[in-house]
Amino acid sequence: METLEIIGALVTLLGSIFIFLGGLGIVRMPDLFNRIQAGTKASTLGTILSLFGLAIINEAWIWKLLVIIFFVLITNPVSSNVISRAAHFRGIKMTDKTVADLLVDKSNKPGEE
Amino acid sequence: MNIRNVTNLFVLLFLIWLLLTGTFELTSLLLGIVIAGGLSLIFGKNSNVFGKLRLTPKVFIYSLHYLIVLSWEIVKSNVDVALRVINPKLPINPGIVKVKTKLKSPMGRMILANSITLTPGTLTIDIKDDEFYIHWIDVKTLDPEIASQEIMGKFEKILEVIYG
Repeated sequence: METLEIIGALVTLLGSIFIFLGGLGIVRMPDLFNRIQAGTKASTLGTILSLFGLAIINEAWIWKLLVIIFFVLITNPVSSNVISRAAHFRGIKMTDKTVADLLVDKSNKPGEE
Repeated sequence: MNIRNVTNLFVLLFLIWLLLTGTFELTSLLLGIVIAGGLSLIFGKNSNVFGKLRLTPKVFIYSLHYLIVLSWEIVKSNVDVALRVINPKLPINPGIVKVKTKLKSPMGRMILANSITLTPGTLTIDIKDDEFYIHWIDVKTLDPEIASQEIMGKFEKILEVIYG
């Protein structure tokens, strides 16, 4: 009982570390697309680990938490995809480090459709 | 009315019901059947999202295998992005690359695009027919063939079996 609680707490702590790194990434990254990369996704594992830690602490919740993880996995990519797509069509500037943008070369510049 | 679509949706909804309630009492099961049946009749009859999916044991095993592969990729790439964030030099090399998929079914493409987005480091921005435009945090190559293999080779192989 005791050890399970400690293991669960450690897993949740690991998850919150990942969420923290995701937040740090939002501050450090140079443009919107890289912020989405760090922010919405370094936190994927963070959320999963946090919920998983809770499942270890309280086994009665495990199925419900698995359903929540499932929904996070389904909805998370949709939101980041929609935001980045809208930003790209709106013409948000990308950082100077950007190597290539093959989507723009495709004669479908925003506003010219 | 698409029978297979309705039944597949019903099975999925009823599974979620079982997981959320967590009991096998008769009243709860009956209520779940009524709710899942009603919802799948209302929303399933005019769409064909789950119509192509066949619930065979082979599909089930491959789905499980897919989940394991996906989880491992999520862990690997999460650590990768986290390490980039804490590195003082911020070693990123971003860009949007184009890749081509072999998958035909809309459902398979959707799952592939979402899996690519879920693994940090790659982010699907747009889909035009069989071309995916992907924001890659560390561009290694601009060649569509090699990039496809690098980004989604593992996923595509399994999804091809499930959705064809």
